[in-house]
Formats: sequence, C-alpha cells, structure tokens
Amino acid sequence: MFIEIKSLTKNYNKYLAVNKINFVIEKNKTVGLLGPNGCGKTTTIGMMLGLVTPTSGEIKLEGKNIDLFKRDEILRRFNFASPYVELPKKLTVKQNLEIYGRLYGIRNLKKRIDEISHDLDIKNFFERKTGELSSGQKNRVSLAKSLINKPEVLLLDEPTASLDPDIGDFIRSYIQNYKSKNKVTILLASHNMNEVERLCDSIIMMRKGKIIDRGSCHELIKKHGRNNLEETFLKLARSKDEF
Amino acid sequence: MNFNKIYALGLRHIYLIMNSFPRILDLIYWPTVQIFLWGFISKFFTLNSEYYSNTVGIILTAAILYDFLFRASISFNMMFLEEIWSRNFTNLFIAPIKISEIIAALTLTAILRTLIGLVPAVLITIPLFGVSVLVLGMPLIFLLLSLYLFGVTLGLLVTSGLLRYGPSFENIAWASLFFLAPLGCIYYPIEILPNYLQIVAKALPLVHIFEEMRNILMTETVNYFNIMKSIVISFIYFIFGILVFYISYFGAKKRGTLINMGE
Repeated sequence: MFIEIKSLTKNYNKYLAVNKINFVIEKNKTVGLLGPNGCGKTTTIGMMLGLVTPTSGEIKLEGKNIDLFKRDEILRRFNFASPYVELPKKLTVKQNLEIYGRLYGIRNLKKRIDEISHDLDIKNFFERKTGELSSGQKNRVSLAKSLINKPEVLLLDEPTASLDPDIGDFIRSYIQNYKSKNKVTILLASHNMNEVERLCDSIIMMRKGKIIDRGSCHELIKKHGRNNLEETFLKLARSKDEF
Repeated sequence: MNFNKIYALGLRHIYLIMNSFPRILDLIYWPTVQIFLWGFISKFFTLNSEYYSNTVGIILTAAILYDFLFRASISFNMMFLEEIWSRNFTNLFIAPIKISEIIAALTLTAILRTLIGLVPAVLITIPLFGVSVLVLGMPLIFLLLSLYLFGVTLGLLVTSGLLRYGPSFENIAWASLFFLAPLGCIYYPIEILPNYLQIVAKALPLVHIFEEMRNILMTETVNYFNIMKSIVISFIYFIFGILVFYISYFGAKKRGTLINMGE
C-alpha cells in the first residue's frame, strides 16, 4: 500500500472532527472522499498535508510514518488544489507559477511552465493578474500550480466547485487524461457525484468524522440498492447506521 | 537552508511591489510625511531649546532611526498579512519550504521594503533641513543592524500572534510599536523616565541605541560597548522571537488554524 491512514483522530477541544479513521490508497489510484459538509474531509486532507496535527493515529507513506520524513522532503512529493485556497491575487499567472516552481525546486522551470500552461490552456491570460481572472480560469491556474512538481500524491478539494458545466468537464477530462499519462495517486474530496463516478477507482464515505462505508462506485450503488451514486450518497448521509 | 527557496519567497514580494505603482507610492509616502513633520519640529527645537542648541538634527536623526525600526517591523508584518489577505496561506505552508526559510525570506525581504520607503525620505532631509544620518559614521551601520533585528523581532512576535489568533490579531500588528515607543527613549534621555521604568527600558535595545545616537551627535565620541550591548540585546530578543514563532506555528497546526487562515 502506498498511503495508509491508521486510526487517525482529530479533536478540536471537545469537538471530534475525525474519529479513528482507517483507509489505504494504493499507488496510482484515485480515491474519492465523500461526505456531507463538516464530516471531516478537509481536516483529513489537512492532516495529510501536515497543516493539522493529528490528536492520535498515523499517516504512512510507503510504510513510513510521515512524521519521520523531513518537512520539505515529504511536501515535495505532495501537492494540493482547492478553489477555497487562492494564489496571490496581485501577481500575474506567470509570476505565480514561477514562484511556486522555484519553491518546489523544479528544474527546467520555464519548460515545465510552458508545458503545463499549454495543456491547461492558460497561456492566453498568462500575463494577467490572478485576482482578475474568472473562477474557471483561477481553477485551471490553481490546478497548474498543484501539478507543477508532478506530485506523486495529489489532493484535490472540490476542484470543480462553482464552475460551469463546460469548464467543469474540461477540468475532469484534464485530470483523467493527466492520470493516464502520469504516475499519480489522487485523493479527491468532492460533492459532485458524476465527477466522483468518472474519476475515482474507489470511494470512502464519511459522516460525523467517521468512515461509514467504502468500496467502488458500482459496489456501493449495488450494496445500497440505489440507481446512482447521488442517491447512494443521500441514503448514507441521512442514515444513522454504519455499514 | 535553501537560498533558491528564500529567493522565491522574496521574489513573490518583489513582484507584488513592482506590479503596483500605488504600492510603491504608499511605501514612500508615509516615511516622507513623517520625516517632514519631524524635520520642522526638529528645526523649531534646535532654535528654541538649550539642550539641543548645538546639536542640530538630533530629533530628526532619532525620527529617521525610529522610522527605520517601524518600517522594518511593519514590513515583516505586512508581508505575512499579504499571505493571509490573498488566501495563499495554505499554498505557502504546504510548499516544501522550511519554517526557517520562511522566516529568513521575510527577514531579508523586509529590508528591501524598509529601504524603498526610507531612502528617499532620508535623502530629502539633506537639502531640506541640512541633516544627514550619515554624520553618525560607521556606528550607523551597527545601530541600524540592532534596530533591524529588533524590528524584525517585533514582526515575528506579531506574526506569531496572527498564527495563534488569526487575522483578528491584525490591529495589534499596527499598535505593537507604539506600545514600546515611550520606553524606547527615542526623543528624550532615559533620565526622564521614572526609576522603575528605567529598569524596564534598559532591558530593551532601543534605549541603548538612541542614547548612543545622542552621545555621538552631542560629544562626537563613540561608545562601542553601548552599541555592542544593543546588538546583543536585540539578538537575544530575535532568538526569542523565532522561538515564539515556532511555538505559535506548532500551536496553529494543533488547532487547525492554518487550514482556515484568511477566511
């Protein structure tokens, strides 16, 4: 197993945000992290990125606890994109990619920026300030930043939230295409069930800090006797049981 | 430490300044206004006060040095706040950069912002008021070093507060320097303070810096022991500031505030 989450718990004073969750992510697979708002998805991602200290439990990468890696050594292998986290607004797209490329220690940075900006079709607004872009353009720039280091582990938090269907589809196709050409392990938190069905090899369902079910899309739909993932999500999110 | 990463973080702030003419204007405007104001006050005192009668420019030199401290601290705070305001905090803290490199980048880039603001103002004082801080000679470099270290320390303490309490701590960032100014004996000798406050004031580097500045201008002699003392005190505070920053960083990770910073 590539990533192993063992009995991971996070307590904010009396509030239990994540409650002894266990899961594994195999190398080069995409796992969807689903659940209603406030179920602990972002805290889980935060712990994986080293932004939040777990109260207890372990996160292992290739069998080694991530606390045993040097901070820059582990973060060089990860990256993250979310529409809720922005790049400096007053800097141009090109300047932002240059800075993050340097922070990630990318060799042949110019070539890498050219490559990724071409693939994500962001070249035509390269010299514009990031704050002046539309949300669709910002999302593509944010995705470019998250792929600048060709991460081994990519964490995506609602990458297509608030995008129109056309841009949303562009991003999903891009991720799908990128994954087929590159070795990358993805954890995708999303509320878009079509996106999850299209991109994920398996799904983890969370509610109130706990994992309540897991499996492939097809397995979960079948197991809960629903027609699609959205209906399955609603059933799991509203039910009081653990499956 | 990786200097490429320190450079990259510095570059982020250089681009920020270069991309905006109003921002450059803002950096220059306030020190210039401050220097103008103190220039006229200084001129008035030198003409009407016995204490300052033979020492033209003491007050203005003190104002310039104090503004250097103020700008250094504010620059450090501003750069950190920029990351919060632009909601770039998460991206910054998940980048493979060490905390020591973040501190180093902020410390080194703050000097640039400080100089952009202060150099034009300092140059204006020469033809306008006939006062130049350069008359302090070589000791000026050491006094500036001590002031810079202490300014950055105050910046570190405020940013630690921002990490601990979030953006609501922002107002403290602006108020922090005014709190210490009365104890710094910037414009008056330490004897003015009551005895118990003199003890407190002596534990700050500011008193030693500004007492020595007055000593150099009034007696034209240099007491390097005082200068060294101010640098050592500033350095101790600087180390303390770094420790507090680390403690706040680990505390923020524990509380999970890094992930929501800026919201």
